[in-house]
Amino acid sequence: MNVLPAAPQTKIQVRDLEFYYNEQRSLKKINMDIPEKHVTAIIGPSGCGKSTLLRVFNRIYAMYPKQEARGQVLLNGENILDSHYSMNRLRSNVGMVFQKPVPFPMSIYDNIAYAVRHHEKLSRREMDERVEQALRGGALWDEVKDKLKQSAQSLSGGQQQRLCIARTIALRPQVLLLDEPTSALDPISTGRIEQLITELKEQFTVIIVTHNMQQAARCSDYTAFMFMGELIEHGDTDTIFTKPSKTQTEDYITGRFG
Amino acid sequence: MSNESLYRKRAFKNRIAMVLSCAATLFGLLWLVWILLTTIIKGASALNLALFTEMTPPPGSAGGLANAFYGSALMSLIALLIGTPIGLAAGVWLAEFARHSKLGNTVRFINDILLSAPSIVLGLFVYTGVILPMSALSNHQIGFSAFAGSLALALLVIPVVVRTTDEMLQLQPSTMREAALALGVPQWKLTLQIVLRAAKAGVVTGVILALARITGETAPLLFTAFGNQFWSSNLLKPIASVPVVVFQYAMSPYDDWHSLAWAGALVLTLFVLMLSLLSRLILLRNRSH
Repeated sequence: MNVLPAAPQTKIQVRDLEFYYNEQRSLKKINMDIPEKHVTAIIGPSGCGKSTLLRVFNRIYAMYPKQEARGQVLLNGENILDSHYSMNRLRSNVGMVFQKPVPFPMSIYDNIAYAVRHHEKLSRREMDERVEQALRGGALWDEVKDKLKQSAQSLSGGQQQRLCIARTIALRPQVLLLDEPTSALDPISTGRIEQLITELKEQFTVIIVTHNMQQAARCSDYTAFMFMGELIEHGDTDTIFTKPSKTQTEDYITGRFG
Repeated sequence: MSNESLYRKRAFKNRIAMVLSCAATLFGLLWLVWILLTTIIKGASALNLALFTEMTPPPGSAGGLANAFYGSALMSLIALLIGTPIGLAAGVWLAEFARHSKLGNTVRFINDILLSAPSIVLGLFVYTGVILPMSALSNHQIGFSAFAGSLALALLVIPVVVRTTDEMLQLQPSTMREAALALGVPQWKLTLQIVLRAAKAGVVTGVILALARITGETAPLLFTAFGNQFWSSNLLKPIASVPVVVFQYAMSPYDDWHSLAWAGALVLTLFVLMLSLLSRLILLRNRSH
């Protein structure tokens, strides 16, 4: 039987999104559709708003009083910017991994179990299974299975970052946000995480912000190029990197600026 | 050639500056060593078991400082029990919930004033604010009391704990808070279970430093706990304390009281020294993690 690859479904729809820091507009009328179970990379020069956009998807910006998003971001068709959309629900659906790995000051096991305990009541057995699953998903299990009770701070930087990915996927989110997840890591750890990203898209919708264009080219299916708070171009990665339709994109990709 | 002489001139200046700063260091250390040596020599000769087992004696008879040690320990403990939770809560509020707010900055400023307030002022405050009203309410049955002394010491504990808790929590990276929030953990939970845990060593050090600070305080106890020749556990009665006894005995004309004062001073000094070593140890051990 010949099965044609179906066009991917849209997971997140961004509609006329604007973002304000202290009343200063830093995202301008962003509209984009993010496909399900694919990797979307957001690239652009420093200060272009790519991290800001990512931070809207789980509303982490809301912890700072002077930041505000206007417009709509629809996750499965529901507007997450609506004040009725529960933060608990949003954050168990949309996980985030940050630039610098930040293990919590507790054991490797508890780093994974901590947030799971907040969202679900699991028996000890179920929790053990969940932790193992998450660590396998984060490609870390084999390295830490004999020292789960050790402090997470004893891990190397690359292992810590994979731990952070593992504890995020332990909540079984639908979307995974990665904010320059390898910029603080050495090339070998970076390689492992990039490989992991391509594995993760089988289960999750992955959105990655990166400074590194090769990284975007290597591990994303779709790429969005942003500049000065605007979404300049968004399409499948091959097209964006080989025949971009906007000159700004081409200039950035060929290294003429940024 | 001229370069050579320039370098030589600089080397000479360097040597002068070096000699001067070494001399300044030695000058400062000299007094410290002198004070410590005097305390040790004069105190050690009066150090014996009776010091910890016998009560403060009338002049001319043998005795110890047992009641004063007990009073000091009791009041310090109560002061910590009152001051630590309040200081912790205020420090957490400042660092986690009011970091950049106007109210937070005002509270922080006032706390700094309290931190450097002369301790005798705090003693007077407790005298007029607690002892006088209690005395009036109880028909002059309750006057100076161990409880009032503890309150005065607690007022010294609070600003120290607030300051260190605030600073230690602010040192924790905001990325850790973001990471926990991104997992859906609510702020109160992440504050108590993650940020406070990460800052544990620093916060505990703050409490130890607060204990070190109140251990030697005399002024706030003079007109709150007052003093007592006898063993007392009654929080509503005057109670003896080491610094006050040292103060009274050192001022007295009796030689045996003088040597008891030295012994008390030595024990206080060693205790404070031990506390500051302990706090360093905690911080050091935490850093090597």
